[in-house]
Amino acid sequence: MRYSGFKVFTEGLFGNSGWKPAWRDPAPKAEYDILIIGGGGHGLATAYYLAKNHGLRNIAVLEKGYLGGGNVGRNTTIVRANYFLPGNSEFYSHSLKLWEKLEGELNYNVMHSQRGQLILAHSDGQRDALARRGNAIVNQGDDAELWSLDQVRDFAPYLDFEQTRFPIYGGLMQRRAGTARHDAVAWGYARGADRLGVDLIQNCEVTGIDIENGRVTGVQTTRGAIKARKVGMVVAGRSSQVAAMAGMRLPIESHVLQAFVTEGLKPVIDSVISFGMGHFYISQSDKGGLVFGGDLDFYASYAARGNLPMLEHVMEAAMTLMPMIGRAKILRGWGGIMDMTPDGSPIIDKAPVEGLFVDAGWNYGGFKATPASGWCMAHLMATGEPHEVARRFRLDRFRTGHVLDEEGTGSQHNLH
Amino acid sequence: MRIPCPLCGPRDRREFTYYGSDDYLNRPAPDAGAGPWDDHLHLRANPAGETHDLWYHEAGCAQWLRVHRNTVSHEIYGAALVAGLKGGAQ
Amino acid sequence: MRVAGKGLIEREKPVSFTFDGRTYAGFKGDTVASALLAARVRVVGRSFKYHRPRGVLTAGSEEPNALIEVVGAKNQTPNVRATVQEVFEGLVTRSQNRMGSLRWDLLAVNDLMAPFFSAGFYYKTFMWPRAFWEKVYEPAIRRAAGLGSLSGRHDEGHYEKAFAFCDLLVIGAGPTGLIAALTAARAGADVILADEDSRMGGRLLSNGETVDGQPGPDWVAAVLAELSSLPNVRLMPRTTVSGAYDGGIYGALERVGLHKPARPDLPREAFWRITARRAILASGALERPIAFPMNDRPGIMMAGAVQSYLNRYGVASGKRVTLFANNDGARAVARDLMAAGVQVAAILDSRANASAVENCPVYLGARITDTSGRHGLRLIEGHHAGGAFKLETDCLAMSGGWNPTLHLTCHMGGRPRWSEELAAFVPMEGAVPGLVAAGAANGTFTTHGCLAAGHAVAEAALADLGLSPAKVALPRAEGLPYVVEPLWAVEGKGRAWLDFANDVTTKDVKLAAQEGYASVEHMKRYTTQGMAPDQGKNSNMGALAVLADATGRAIPETGITTFRPPYVPVSVAALGAGGRGMGFAPQRFLTSDQASRDRGAPMIEAGLWYRPSYFPKPGEATWRVSCDREVAMVRGAVGVADVSTLGKIDIQGRDAARFLDLVYTNTFSTLPVGRVRYGLMLREDGFVMDDGTTARLGENHFLMTTTTAAAGQVMRHLDFVHQTHCADWDVRFISVTEAWAQFAVAGPKSRALLNAVLDQPVQDFPFMACGAVQLGGVTARLFRISFSGEQGYEIAVPTRYGESLFRDLVAKAETMGGGPYGMEALNVLRVEKGFITHAEIHGRTTAFDIGMEKMVSPKKDCIGKAMAARPALVGPERQQLVGLKIATGTPPCSGAHLFTVGDKVGREESQGYITSFAHSDLMGACLGLGFLKNGRARHGEIIRIVDHLRGLDLTAEVCDPVFHDKDGEKLRA
Repeated sequence: MRYSGFKVFTEGLFGNSGWKPAWRDPAPKAEYDILIIGGGGHGLATAYYLAKNHGLRNIAVLEKGYLGGGNVGRNTTIVRANYFLPGNSEFYSHSLKLWEKLEGELNYNVMHSQRGQLILAHSDGQRDALARRGNAIVNQGDDAELWSLDQVRDFAPYLDFEQTRFPIYGGLMQRRAGTARHDAVAWGYARGADRLGVDLIQNCEVTGIDIENGRVTGVQTTRGAIKARKVGMVVAGRSSQVAAMAGMRLPIESHVLQAFVTEGLKPVIDSVISFGMGHFYISQSDKGGLVFGGDLDFYASYAARGNLPMLEHVMEAAMTLMPMIGRAKILRGWGGIMDMTPDGSPIIDKAPVEGLFVDAGWNYGGFKATPASGWCMAHLMATGEPHEVARRFRLDRFRTGHVLDEEGTGSQHNLH
Repeated sequence: MRIPCPLCGPRDRREFTYYGSDDYLNRPAPDAGAGPWDDHLHLRANPAGETHDLWYHEAGCAQWLRVHRNTVSHEIYGAALVAGLKGGAQ
Repeated sequence: MRVAGKGLIEREKPVSFTFDGRTYAGFKGDTVASALLAARVRVVGRSFKYHRPRGVLTAGSEEPNALIEVVGAKNQTPNVRATVQEVFEGLVTRSQNRMGSLRWDLLAVNDLMAPFFSAGFYYKTFMWPRAFWEKVYEPAIRRAAGLGSLSGRHDEGHYEKAFAFCDLLVIGAGPTGLIAALTAARAGADVILADEDSRMGGRLLSNGETVDGQPGPDWVAAVLAELSSLPNVRLMPRTTVSGAYDGGIYGALERVGLHKPARPDLPREAFWRITARRAILASGALERPIAFPMNDRPGIMMAGAVQSYLNRYGVASGKRVTLFANNDGARAVARDLMAAGVQVAAILDSRANASAVENCPVYLGARITDTSGRHGLRLIEGHHAGGAFKLETDCLAMSGGWNPTLHLTCHMGGRPRWSEELAAFVPMEGAVPGLVAAGAANGTFTTHGCLAAGHAVAEAALADLGLSPAKVALPRAEGLPYVVEPLWAVEGKGRAWLDFANDVTTKDVKLAAQEGYASVEHMKRYTTQGMAPDQGKNSNMGALAVLADATGRAIPETGITTFRPPYVPVSVAALGAGGRGMGFAPQRFLTSDQASRDRGAPMIEAGLWYRPSYFPKPGEATWRVSCDREVAMVRGAVGVADVSTLGKIDIQGRDAARFLDLVYTNTFSTLPVGRVRYGLMLREDGFVMDDGTTARLGENHFLMTTTTAAAGQVMRHLDFVHQTHCADWDVRFISVTEAWAQFAVAGPKSRALLNAVLDQPVQDFPFMACGAVQLGGVTARLFRISFSGEQGYEIAVPTRYGESLFRDLVAKAETMGGGPYGMEALNVLRVEKGFITHAEIHGRTTAFDIGMEKMVSPKKDCIGKAMAARPALVGPERQQLVGLKIATGTPPCSGAHLFTVGDKVGREESQGYITSFAHSDLMGACLGLGFLKNGRARHGEIIRIVDHLRGLDLTAEVCDPVFHDKDGEKLRA
């Protein structure tokens, strides 16, 4: 079933009774060519591109809960391509290009909206670091502008420019950055993959990975054993547990990252704005809620909930930077479980076990990476070779020192 | 969250700075080679459940604590001074 | 309209307020909702999506419809619940989410489009043409969406944070909470009793029941009188416990000043963090609507709310009221109404077997299938066991049963348990450590049961706390059992709303199931049910039941979405109280701060510190002029700069030197007493952490300095290394950063200046020497170190002498052609000398990169040494520190990238970047420090500098990073 305005109209006339399920609900088969563990955004995108780009069909996605129930459904929906280091720069650039075509590709409106992202600088040093990053972005072929204080003032006159603890010196604007409707991304990829014949199997938890003579042969699940030649682990938030089933220890520590949304408000904030001196970034959703986030709670956690210190810190940052939103009310907060790596960059690589692949370690940048992660993981699984834009996301880079440490905070998992 | 500091008693989490797993306690020999160092600094069991990790009572007694707690429930079972655990090492 | 003789409002205290420009009368004790109902105002809001007219539904914070803006002098507060906002003289309110007037909202056209605005329709359209999404569709959607509006001006209101600790936190002051608080209080426990309402008592204020033979409100008053007389009890009305967190910590929002005219000294709200050893959740229950066709008209209300408006506020919600219920509770509402003289059209009981004996018509097995009245209910139609009915009525009081208010028990991951008997979810035990739910919150729906439960859980809490219970007699109260027969939805032609606020109907939930969004989380996200300001308090249960029915599953098997904090929305300003303006972070001031400001120096942030940027002289038009003068002053005469922000760590013990050998790459055990050495410190991953000088003040006594930025990190690191790796070594250290004020005295006349202030002139004090000196009888520390490249000293005095020493040094310097210098000059001086800061050691830099790999001693271990040897951390592929000579007059271009001349300008071609930039009169050029791939081998090369962002494309000569006095002759002079 193809979605369109015309279809919405005709269905509306006839009581919306003709809409078909967005995806099938198949029982797992005994064997597949490829299994993707994890029905989140990245897993669904991987399955979609395996089918779409590589013509593979006998694929299943195994999801222990419901599709899109992990971090793709609990984030602050920001999409950007503004990285400094080679390795990250080209990957997110590729991802943004995929985002720009995603609705047409999936025939699903993921509401990708290039509203722009403004990162504020609060010292000469910060401004210079943003310039360094912005120049790298332009070197890559993406867009960036270094804004003066006056430009920031014209763009966001509601910021506190007078009394704030860390005055604004300027900022880095990326106009092609923006937001998307997070759930829709999972659902769009799910529907796309399903239409290409991928079996999406929900409520199917993987409980073991079968390995014979150093080769993966399949998995054990709560819905029975399933054989496969290749298995991809795409389970950010649970990567360490799934990897342990294959005897691996990953360079990952899990942390909770909180985000918050306010009650619906008439439009007041048009783009994404990030505060450089506290853990605060904000945008306004199409429904009118202010969506904002901060930093990790900073202790290892698998509880998808946070505590007051970070919540209050984020709100304090809001009040020093943007006191206009003081009377907006926080409707709910939630926590996502982040795979934090020692350099803040992800992993898309072969595992030491033949036929087993790892897509993990997205820290808190996973949402915007969804299309490219799927694209590159599919490439790796189909061809056995890393995709050009993801070739630096190696598992062994910590051992060799080829780390991709954007923040420069070193090998401490929670500092990126 | 409140951490039971052995010196200061139960104190708010805000007084503490988190480091990570207690793998950091076991520093390999300088010539141990890449594997043990990779284990020490990067690779983690990262358990969903009970864990031991390191917290610094930065706004308190400046002691590093090894905290026994649960990463799923956030229950805290206890805390010990790292210096007490490691006294006599090296 | 008002009903004579009813209500707890203070009729002798009339107040007037406005709503949408009209003035209304109310009484102290009224909410905006009760006062508007008294005035027969039926439409108070517009729904989110279809912009349908809506009236008051509830009498509490769960209200989904009656959301208004409260307008202040400078700001308005959007999405205020009219059911919670108390009236006061001069209160100004208005309706929201409308285009035009509330009655004739132009966006009501959306209601006509409803067939096409089905659940998730926007995922299926607005995709073509592509550019139209951002330009046409989305702006239109955004304008229509949202509820209330912000003013766009800074919130100048006053908010506070507060902290409390107690033995027992009782959440909710209904019968359960009151008896629990009393039981615990009499036993001597420290008790906090928090209740969301302005008046404590819970349903006892509304349900017309008696306790111990007294009217409920009287019993409440007596208990409160005793509680408020006890010193161990804190009563917190208007306080919503909003979240349960780890460690017995609860967040709570107190509405301190929202019910009064604004006063500058009166906080609007206070956010409390309450740490409780035990807690009792006595939050009651919420009545649930029934999803029958066209059930959203103004005048259709919750039965319990109709009872509250009558008994508590003395307001009849209609002239001719009809009840529609699936349980016995509504009968009491009907009786109360009739007793007060309000006409009851009928009781529609959905149960076929219920009693039909009342003083009004009772229809059993009843279902409502349609309603009419666009701006207020006029007519309902339906059928019952005996046939069809059509009733003229202006108020329908509905009750689909009650849901325990168990939200807090879910805040730490607890999953509620389904009770078939109550047709509701009840709390999971032990879901929040230390918290027990009791009374209606735990599914006990009689007053008698609540009193008994409250008493029992309080006694259990006392036992946990080690307190012996005091005697509390259990008062007599009503105990009729609660009998409910589930009725979630009524089939019919029209739309049946589940989520009033977000306009989600039963059809939307069924469509979600039809399209495969069958998990409860998918349904919620696809339809947006439960995501409105009421967070699904009114709709979750119904939507879940409809979904279960549509998917052929039982309710417990269908699952439940997670309740997350806060229980009620909490303002950003309350949560962020204290953060406004300078409150966001501590401010650290130098001892010379006032002296610098006195000289007109602009103070800039350096971490938490403030440091002078430059010291303008009359006639100096720009910072550059001042900066250049200050640089020349240091190079030609003498300058004084406050460098106290550098971290200072005092290290003592027999193993102090050995310890320094472990944390620094280079060796300190060989440093003679009375000397200073530059040290480089790595992180354990082999990258540079920090650098600085360390002085040996005695055999077993060192003073380490760190950079300003890394002072905290280094202290943490030293404690870690010591306690983890060598706890048995005899070494102790402490930060003395704030104990000493330290000033750089630099320039060819630095010694002369020092000698002008010291008691004894400096003699034989070579480069990198240190020692104690006397100054006005005070012992100071003198270090012969320099960050400028000139002959230089740093002199440190106890902080209390800092300001006078600075003023003295500067005054004397000025007589020698010198003076103070600021951060700008300091930066130029250090760039000219090739000294690095955290602009260079930015966390990805190795000792190799900055040309200091020889400082990593081969003779000993040190932190970071093993990992620094990883293959990727050394070698020609690394970008290495270089100097760049750039044409004079070039604008600052830190952050520009470097390219080999002739290369394409691209990601892979970038050879490095500029980290620091300075205009140097001394060198007659602009100078850059930066990192360049294999840079040490490329001195002399002409390199291309590209700064896309600043529009610069030029060339520069690569050179050694030390531009000035390469051999250090001046330093040693």
